[in-house]
Amino acid sequence: MAQVSAIPRLRRAASGATAGQVAAALAIAAFLILFLAWPVAQVMIAAFQPKGGGGFTLVNFADFFATELFVRSFWNSLYVSGMAVLVATLISLPLAYITSRFEFRGTMLIQTLGVVPLIMPPFVGAVAMGLLFGRNGTVNLLLEDYFGITIPFMEGLNGVVFVQAIHYFPFILINLSTALANIDRSMEEAAQSLGCSGFRLFRRIVFPLAMPGYVAGAALVFIKVFDDLATPLLLNVKDMLAPQAYLRVTSIGIADPMGYVISVVLIVFSLLSMWASSFALRGRDYATTQRGGGGLDRRRLSGPQAVLAYGVVIFILLLVLAPHIGLTLLSFATVWSFSPLPDAFTLAHYARVFDESAVYMKNTVLYAGLAAGIDILLGIAIAYLVLRTKLVGRQWLDYGAMAALAVPGVVLGIGYLRSYYGITLPGGVPLATLWIVIVLALAVRRLPYALRACMAALQQVSVALEEAGENLGATRLRVIRRIVVPLMTGGILAGFVTSFATAAVELSATIMLVQSNADAPLTYGLYVFMQSPAGRGPGAALGIIAVILVAACTLASHLLIERHRRRSGGLR
Amino acid sequence: MSILPETAPVAVTVEAISLSYGDHAVLKDVSLQVKPGEFFAFLGPSGCGKTTLLRLIAGFNTAQQGRILIGDRDVTDLRPWQRDVGLVFQNYALWPHMTVMQNVAFGLEERRLPRVEIKQRAGEMLELVGLSALADRRPSQLSGGQQQRVALARTLAVRPRVLLLDEPLSNLDAKMRVQVRRELRDLQRRLGITAIFVTHDQEEANTVCDRIAVMNDGRVQQVAAPMDLFAHPANLFVANFLGTTNQIAGHVDGAVYRLADGQALPVPPGTRPEATLVLRPQDIVLVGSATAPVDGSIRLAGRVADHEFLGNTIRYRVVTELGDLQIDVLITVTATPRKIGEMVHLDLNPGRALYLTE
Repeated sequence: MAQVSAIPRLRRAASGATAGQVAAALAIAAFLILFLAWPVAQVMIAAFQPKGGGGFTLVNFADFFATELFVRSFWNSLYVSGMAVLVATLISLPLAYITSRFEFRGTMLIQTLGVVPLIMPPFVGAVAMGLLFGRNGTVNLLLEDYFGITIPFMEGLNGVVFVQAIHYFPFILINLSTALANIDRSMEEAAQSLGCSGFRLFRRIVFPLAMPGYVAGAALVFIKVFDDLATPLLLNVKDMLAPQAYLRVTSIGIADPMGYVISVVLIVFSLLSMWASSFALRGRDYATTQRGGGGLDRRRLSGPQAVLAYGVVIFILLLVLAPHIGLTLLSFATVWSFSPLPDAFTLAHYARVFDESAVYMKNTVLYAGLAAGIDILLGIAIAYLVLRTKLVGRQWLDYGAMAALAVPGVVLGIGYLRSYYGITLPGGVPLATLWIVIVLALAVRRLPYALRACMAALQQVSVALEEAGENLGATRLRVIRRIVVPLMTGGILAGFVTSFATAAVELSATIMLVQSNADAPLTYGLYVFMQSPAGRGPGAALGIIAVILVAACTLASHLLIERHRRRSGGLR
Repeated sequence: MSILPETAPVAVTVEAISLSYGDHAVLKDVSLQVKPGEFFAFLGPSGCGKTTLLRLIAGFNTAQQGRILIGDRDVTDLRPWQRDVGLVFQNYALWPHMTVMQNVAFGLEERRLPRVEIKQRAGEMLELVGLSALADRRPSQLSGGQQQRVALARTLAVRPRVLLLDEPLSNLDAKMRVQVRRELRDLQRRLGITAIFVTHDQEEANTVCDRIAVMNDGRVQQVAAPMDLFAHPANLFVANFLGTTNQIAGHVDGAVYRLADGQALPVPPGTRPEATLVLRPQDIVLVGSATAPVDGSIRLAGRVADHEFLGNTIRYRVVTELGDLQIDVLITVTATPRKIGEMVHLDLNPGRALYLTE
């Protein structure tokens, strides 16, 4: 808040930035350079330097493409990401189409699914999915008994594709649903009155108009899957890029150039898919809803259509909820092996987890809370500087913060290690081993979410509302406090919750930075538990606790801010 | 010319249509007939049901009662794509993912015409609306007026039997509006197509259309040619909606209308007992005290309370015993305007009086 309140006049002369604005902008720029640009630059530089440093070389990249393991990892990562997008599309398309196009009772339920990936790390679901869909999992045991067949859902790369698609499909679902909802009814009606109907109408008008939204969602899923390291590792798939980067750095050390080369490849693909998504959106803002228009014409389902639609939706919902169902069962199971359901149930895992893992929970709430707090402060400040001042180069604060989207977590983690391991505090402790570094990494990673929310919120506050306040004699500061911030509260809240929840389930940067169990967050604890068969029961219990914890914190912060907003809105 | 419809223009018949959303009745027993080749308007304030009625004819709404006929064909139960009516949307509804040419060709493609014919007919339509040069642009690269013409070309390309226009001028600026409405009328006359135009703007309806159905509260109030509506409004709503009125308090007393000050005007035979006297601002004469009243006129005294400059007239608000009256006076070079507070006399001419009910 300090930066915001330091900004006086609304619109000075075009060049006139006040000292407060400049100071705020420089502080933000320094933060972004220190904790985003510099670490990433260190990684890039290391990738182009010979081992031991100094000079410029492409030999590391030659090594990379000459090593069969890396080339295979590269293609596997591409294959898995592409297939995950495809499977996620197959899941999302019917859900989005049915809920936007027909009068359908379960619409709310399906939309609620959008928060599912926010509150559970995908690798947690992977273990449960193994028990349900693996070679000796529930589904295959039943298939074998009744039909004498098994389906290799979870074998090798299939498993990664399956788990990731089920985890990340909501990104496509949400984008696609929004895109469909933004198509003005008259777009469809114009085609109908010209003789077009049924599937042709969908193919020629509806889908092309929804395409940009779909591509944005698909690109997001692609990046997430491409960068995820914990899910493949837990499914024992090591020949993919992100796991390789992690394994190189943790087993060979931070001097090994291969970790950096892989990091550069990861960044390049992140940038490519972001570029693809912005290319798809460029000049194609098809949101066509007009006043009084609103969405596609919802049609009533006929009898057989309704049976089919509900059948499809229920089947997909079961599939999507499988990790949660499996995890719940596992957390209460004594032994669950070679049988469709666990042999018996117990509370022992929860007891053990509560004994051993309280520190993980405390750390997660602390880290994610601090990171989200930093994010909304930066978010409000950047939004304000960009939208309400004439500061030269203010757009670059926005671009800089958003660039974090293109940086895979594992790359940021490696960058922090490389940049700050060498810097030691008095007493010989490397800077990179302090827990606050984890908080900073989380804050940088989740800043784009908070920033977009704050930007959107501030854009909706008309400048005239501020001018009216000033005109009636309120100082700049009081206008911000009494008008701007109250009106932005919804957006700030959304930004905080999204940053908090996603930071709480983050692992790929944290896994690089956690130095001791005492500093580890929940996701790290989960990962450690899930790696040994004996740890799976307690791991599942911890996973369930994590889901409840994140959901509860999200709800609590929502209620808290809501109450504050009501009170300040009501009395003042 | 090949763009002309191949068939003779058709009538559109709306028979006893009632439509409601839940408890809210939007159209109440609406009947009217649009003659073949006529340019017809649905005119009324927002919420009067005019757009609903238009969408009903296009097939996008379903009525609980009544029938719609296009020519001799009952289309009540047909889907929009089976009706062969063209609808130009208020927001134009041009598809942003297609070029101008692709938009115009769409309906022809849906009719599975040969590729050569599609190209030729779409080209002709673009030429008709003067946009051949912009065929490869996207709709977002066009001005509002150009988009409007593309929407029109797209609709006319399929040679619909009826052309429906939903507030086609409302998204244009004032100058464009005048130009486009002339173009619309010329085009409709050249093509000889039956057209229905929905608007809330009486000037648009008056200038473009042959006949107008004035609608209010889900009912048709009156169907007539523009000048007839103005001269012979069927009721107070129509009189008020088309132009300004002075409603002068009093009551029908046998063969006369007795004003509050005791003076009386003769009423035509058949005047309803609950009728109110209505005079338009231009039908009251503002005179100096020197002149004698015209034969049969009623003279009132009053004081100028206000005046508005309307271009070629000045509208005075004069406070009289019978309430405030509005009087339009043509501006001439010689006449000096009356000042606020000045005492004036008003002559009410019984020949221009209207006796109307709610």
